[in-house]
Amino acid sequence: MAEFSLPKNSQVLPGKRVEAAAGAKRARNIRVYRYDPDSGENPRLDTYEIDLDKCGPMVLDAIIYIKNEIDPTLTFRRSCREGICGSCAMNIDGTNTLACTKATESVKGDVKIYPLPHMPVHKDLVPDLTHFYAQYASIKPWLQTDTAPPPDRERLQSKEDREKLDGLYECILCACCSTSCPSYWWNSDRYLGPAILLQAYRWLIDSRDEATGDRLDNLEDPFRLYRCHTIMNCAKTCPKNLNPAQAIAEVKKMMLTRTL
Amino acid sequence: MSLRTALGRVKGLGSAKAGLAHWQSQRLSALCLIPLSLWFVYALMGIVNQPFADVVTWIRTPYVTVLLIALVLALLRHLQLGLQVVLEDYVHSPILQIASQVLLRGGAGIGALIAIFSILKIALA
Repeated sequence: MAEFSLPKNSQVLPGKRVEAAAGAKRARNIRVYRYDPDSGENPRLDTYEIDLDKCGPMVLDAIIYIKNEIDPTLTFRRSCREGICGSCAMNIDGTNTLACTKATESVKGDVKIYPLPHMPVHKDLVPDLTHFYAQYASIKPWLQTDTAPPPDRERLQSKEDREKLDGLYECILCACCSTSCPSYWWNSDRYLGPAILLQAYRWLIDSRDEATGDRLDNLEDPFRLYRCHTIMNCAKTCPKNLNPAQAIAEVKKMMLTRTL
Repeated sequence: MSLRTALGRVKGLGSAKAGLAHWQSQRLSALCLIPLSLWFVYALMGIVNQPFADVVTWIRTPYVTVLLIALVLALLRHLQLGLQVVLEDYVHSPILQIASQVLLRGGAGIGALIAIFSILKIALA
């Protein structure tokens, strides 16, 4: 059966608390999920009180401040700090989003930070995305053609056909949507999830691709595609304001169209 | 511990090449249920306090007999398709999965047979 509660060794315990230096004008509690697999201990929720005047405006700035100034053992991924690499995806204030584009001030009360839900955790805020990336590889996310490219130029695409990729190509594969999807939580071993299905649609709708039929064959499966029950968490949580649920609906429509 | 590659695990047994028929039937049965259930509720309001004999006469009206059978068929088909998804979502043991799916389909099938037999027995008696 699906598991609705955490196993005993995964239950989150209260952690330590670090007070801000005296005289902090804009003190704020940042509560961070901590887990170290080498310690053998349960995960815990540490609280760091920080002065928002001493760090940048985003949640990523706050946790970088904590790592630099308070606790260098705090572990998380980050790279571009401007919402284009997708590395710092985490669960902030109950919603999956990018720490670098989420303003600390936009959270009321304590800022609670957890890793992306329902993924194995390497350490602290770093989830294991191996399976997610393997699912991405399984849809062959590259242009597939039988026709050789023109010898003197690139493959052409009309402006109208190029516009069909808008709302799809912007996906940065941060995994916020897939890890917010209850269907993905229960069946991620076989369900591809919203992020991968949006990417699949991005190649299905590309006018230059010649493998549309093979791609649809690969997706036509009760679990790979049809586990989507239009829960819509994906569209609600996407930090790039994309709509994976709509892309999945379009794939289902393509499945139907080829039988008519 | 499995030493299989992550991609090998994802590819698994390959695509089942199925799912479209289920998705299509679920939506078609839902569409059928909209007018049928509206009609049934409306009709029930008319016969709810009528004498037994009048209700039997109502069921024997040819179009009512046909619509009642259509309602039962669409309802049980939709119920079976919906619960099938719930079981696929939450039951992960293969043995329990097969057993519950057989029970569900059997239950829906027998339910449909009993309901249709009952309606026809009244209609054709």
